[in-house]
This record gives sequence, structure tokens and C-alpha cells, in this order.
Amino acid sequence: MKIFIVIAAYNEGKSISKVVLGLRRAGYENIVVVDDGSRDDTFDSAIRSGAIALRHVINRGQGAALKTGMEYALRNGADIIVHFDADGQHRVEDLDAMINPVKSGKVDITLGSRFLRPVKMPFFRRLTLKIAVLVVWFFYGARMTDAHNGFRVMNRKAAESIEITSDRMEHASQIVEEVRKKNLRFKEIPVTIVYTDYSMQHGHGGILQAFKVFFKMMFRRLID
Amino acid sequence: MVMNNIFANITLIQVLIMIFALFAWSRAILRLKSKNIGLGELLFWSIIWIAVIVVALFPEIISNLSEIAGVGRAVDLVVYVSIIVLFYLIFRLYVIIDSKNREMTTLVRELAIRDAKHKDISASKIGKRNIRRKK
Repeated sequence: MKIFIVIAAYNEGKSISKVVLGLRRAGYENIVVVDDGSRDDTFDSAIRSGAIALRHVINRGQGAALKTGMEYALRNGADIIVHFDADGQHRVEDLDAMINPVKSGKVDITLGSRFLRPVKMPFFRRLTLKIAVLVVWFFYGARMTDAHNGFRVMNRKAAESIEITSDRMEHASQIVEEVRKKNLRFKEIPVTIVYTDYSMQHGHGGILQAFKVFFKMMFRRLID
Repeated sequence: MVMNNIFANITLIQVLIMIFALFAWSRAILRLKSKNIGLGELLFWSIIWIAVIVVALFPEIISNLSEIAGVGRAVDLVVYVSIIVLFYLIFRLYVIIDSKNREMTTLVRELAIRDAKHKDISASKIGKRNIRRKK
């Protein structure tokens, strides 16, 4: 089985090589880093650490970058595709538990969840994430404990059928929506998110970002 | 008789509106010639600008129309219709921008996949190098 790990990275020059090397030491070979038009050395860093490096010449957003990586993986014969975080939030140790249900064919996609285990988390982040879970439940009827965890593992069928049209951060909700629409079998797997100082000040706009995503979701429903 | 009367009482604002409408209309025709817009789009703009010219020449039309529409003041009708047209145009702009955005993403994606770079470096080597650097 050919496993591809897809990492969307935007200005992650400081952490990307550590993440890639961690994955390679654990025995994963096909690591696709999509540099989403970073202004730092993310792209070179990724090459130097031995990843397959792809570069968006213009920043297109995390959803678009993930789709680019998936597209590359699918064209190169991937059987399983993993979405992994670029700033060291996800642990390599959780990968087996995430991949196995997909590998054995029990489910089409596994989604990492931070809330299946007791976890320490800043209050506002917990609140934002819980509200997001409610919104996803309300709109898509998908009961999940953590809809916006970037850790996902899917088989080829799921990767081909999930359509990500939102380029920006709404893609997480859209993936959940697609899972429901396309009747994919899914399972949530408890994972540990590592909150480092680096990841805290990086990549998350907090409650404001969440509101933006919410309104975009609503708007998309009106327009499409 | 009637025509003379109109041209005798024409005001500066009417002239300006007409000149602008003619200018805008000519732009639309030029854009059709350079094939930037289709025939349907030219028709749309022609109707709008001809309507503007006609209304500028015969403002009474609006008064009659506003009576039919049940709007008290003639100027109000102009404002209402303008806002509706503007909203429609903004919506169309949104749709166009959205589709352009998607096209751009597709293009960026294909470029990225085409120029994928991969150097075969063994993980153990990099591991060692990193450890050495730490010392």
C-alpha cells in the first residue's frame, strides 16, 4: 500500500524540516509538502529534508494547498493519503492508530479528534472549537467531537470523491460536509495535539478567524 | 413645436448625462468589436444607456412611470431602479471573481504539480547531520 503524507505549509520554514524528518524516521517515504507561496525558506527546507516539495507561486490558502498535494498523490498512485500539520501539532506516534482502520478497509476516512481524551487547552480555543462542532452538527448533521482537526487519513476512494472548492480555511467544514454527502464511512480517532509556543502564535486567528469562516460558510450556502 | 420646446428648455445636467451615456455606450460597442463582450451583453448595456438618454431628454416619462409604479416622487423611482441594477451588477461581479479565483487556483496547482521537486536524501544521513549540528 502506497501511503502519501500531505502537508500544507505557509511560512513554516522553522518547523517543516523537523516535521518531515520525524515522519521519515518513522519510515514514511512519500511526504508531499505543498508550500503555499511562503515568503520564507519553507520550500528549500522541505527539499533539504527529503520531502517531495511542491510550490504554489501565489498563496491560495490551506484548502487549496491540501488539494494540490492530494492531486499529486493521486496521480502518483497513492492508496492512502494522510493530512498532517506543518507546525508540529500532530504526533507521528498517532499515525498508526489513524491509518489502521483505513488500511484494513473498515472505514474510508479517519479524522483526528482532540476531545476523545481529556486534554488541556486554552479556554477560548476550546470554546471556539466546541461552537464549530455545533455548527457542523447543525448544518451537516455530522456528529463529531472535533470537526476542525487537521489530522485526517483517507483511502483513494475518499480522496477522489471529496471535493474541496473552498480555498481558504472553510475546507475543514467542507470535508465534513463531503463525508456526509458522499456517504463515506468515517471514524474519529483520539489524537494528542501538541500545543507549543510556536504553534500557538502561528496559523490560527482565534475567535475572529472562526467567525470569518462561519460567515463564509453561510455565504457559500446562499450563492452555490 | 414640441421638439423645439424641449431643446429650448434643456438644462446643463441633461446634456452632461447624455454625453456620459453616449460615451459609456460607445465603450460598450468598442468592447464588442474587440470581442471582450458578447452580443447579449451589448444589448443589455445598450438598453440601459438608451434608457438613460431617453429619460434625460424626456423627464416626464419618469413621472408617468412612477405614478404607474405607485412611487410618490419621480426621483425616488430612479433611485430604486438604480439600486436594483447596481445589486445585480455586483452579484455578477462576485460570480465572475469567484470563477476567476478558481481558475487561478487550478493554474497554480498545475504549475506546482508540474514543477514538483524531490531530492533523494536518506533519512539517516539527515538525522546524523542534524545531531552533529546540535553539538
